Amino acid sequence: MNLTRVFAIIVRHLYLYQRSLPRLIEIFYWPTLDLLLWGFVALYLSNIPGEAARVASLLVGALILYDVFLRSTLGVSVTFLEEPWTRNLVNLFVSPLTTLEYLAGIIAVSLIKTTAAVVAMALLGWLLYAFNILTIGPALVPFIIALLLFGWASGIFATAIILRYGLSAEILAWGLAFLIQPLSAVYYPVTVLPPALQYIAYALPTTYIFEGMRLVRDTGEIPIQHLFWAFGLDAIYLALALVFFGWIFTLARRKGLLMQME
Amino acid sequence: MPNIIEVKNLTKRFDKTLAVNHINFSVREGEILGFLGPNGAGKTTTIQMLLGLLEPTRGSIAMFGKKFSQNREAILKQVNFSSAYLTLPHNLTIQEALTVFGLLYEVPNLKKTINEVLEIFELKDFRKKLCGKLSSGQAARLNLAKAFINHPRIVFLDEPTASLDPVVAAKIRKLLLDFHKREKLTIFYTSHNMREVEQLSDRIIFIDKGMIVAQGTADQIKSRVKQRDLEHAFIKLAENHDEP
Repeated sequence: MNLTRVFAIIVRHLYLYQRSLPRLIEIFYWPTLDLLLWGFVALYLSNIPGEAARVASLLVGALILYDVFLRSTLGVSVTFLEEPWTRNLVNLFVSPLTTLEYLAGIIAVSLIKTTAAVVAMALLGWLLYAFNILTIGPALVPFIIALLLFGWASGIFATAIILRYGLSAEILAWGLAFLIQPLSAVYYPVTVLPPALQYIAYALPTTYIFEGMRLVRDTGEIPIQHLFWAFGLDAIYLALALVFFGWIFTLARRKGLLMQME
Repeated sequence: MPNIIEVKNLTKRFDKTLAVNHINFSVREGEILGFLGPNGAGKTTTIQMLLGLLEPTRGSIAMFGKKFSQNREAILKQVNFSSAYLTLPHNLTIQEALTVFGLLYEVPNLKKTINEVLEIFELKDFRKKLCGKLSSGQAARLNLAKAFINHPRIVFLDEPTASLDPVVAAKIRKLLLDFHKREKLTIFYTSHNMREVEQLSDRIIFIDKGMIVAQGTADQIKSRVKQRDLEHAFIKLAENHDEP
């Protein structure tokens, strides 16, 4: 892997943010809106005695962590979309850039955008609702890494589908992360789901992360088994997404799909 | 001069359509090759295979004596491409776009090289202008500046002067010839402007329905079909090939 070419992809996307206020706002706008909405819901619930107050304390943390997954997915798929939108795919792939270098570049861009959004959310959560995400403790770091990995896997998968079916499949770039949300037990325990959906939920790393986060809150201990499952599934999904992307890219070279996207 | 491009039995099939049909040709180092043919003849498909954008169904491509399929990265570092139908990202400035492509091609002394190509292609005063805000002449020159950023040994040009007015087109041709002379580079070139092809090309390959139907110098092709100019030779070759 050539790091200069990976750097070229990072620079190509960061240039877009240095003079575009709408793009900068886009990074912070939706997370802030989400935080305001769920923050006020949490504030309201915290004033109701009993179980509701307990749930309230989880909402903001779950929201911030879910945004790690959402932003990292969008960070890959929407960053890729920039190329067909600006008719730049052919220019990129007639250069010595490899698919792996390209993916490494957009994953790095996704990491930068996700970090900016999540740090902003964490600060806002702390300022507006006195919610300190760091109270989750040392488990926060592996939870975030596990979420990032799954976000990249689903972003790569969505990108491959867009590459195969063209810009008409663009909706997947935005929709995939939202499709996974109700099955990931983000705001409620997995047992709330009907039994059939629980099987699907347990096949997702996000379920173990959010269930794990609730366990940390309840017991104060790091749920090693949940982390093991989350990272194990992450590894499987990431490997599958890379293989799938590689296969679709080969198909794209066989069928001329790269040119058709421009 | 040794052959810098060797194409053997190159074939591309899309489902039932045979876009390129077992073609063989070579290009000598330093040669300007005009690759001509009617719309849908297989020119773009061939260029796309030569650039690794399309996988051939059959046949082989070698550049600099190396098989393309096994040396993609090493070959593409020494090659570049410009097409009238492609633009650089409209939301980057000229300077930014050239920086990105300079990094992709690992150009040494990138700042100096960018200044050089901006000077050559007369874009120095527009370096901070967004690519999407350029006139068509400026955009064509920027496409060429990108194509020459890595000092390629082979450059593929797909109709580089299409949709340009005659003054700008003449300027582009002059820049290309100057570059060719200075860098001794090989140019693989498609155009529908027959005067331009005659002016620039050392040799011409005429392709139709995915097959090479004529090759040689412009004079050889004209005399073969008994026509006074290349435009009529083009029409004659296309018509001859249409006959059953």
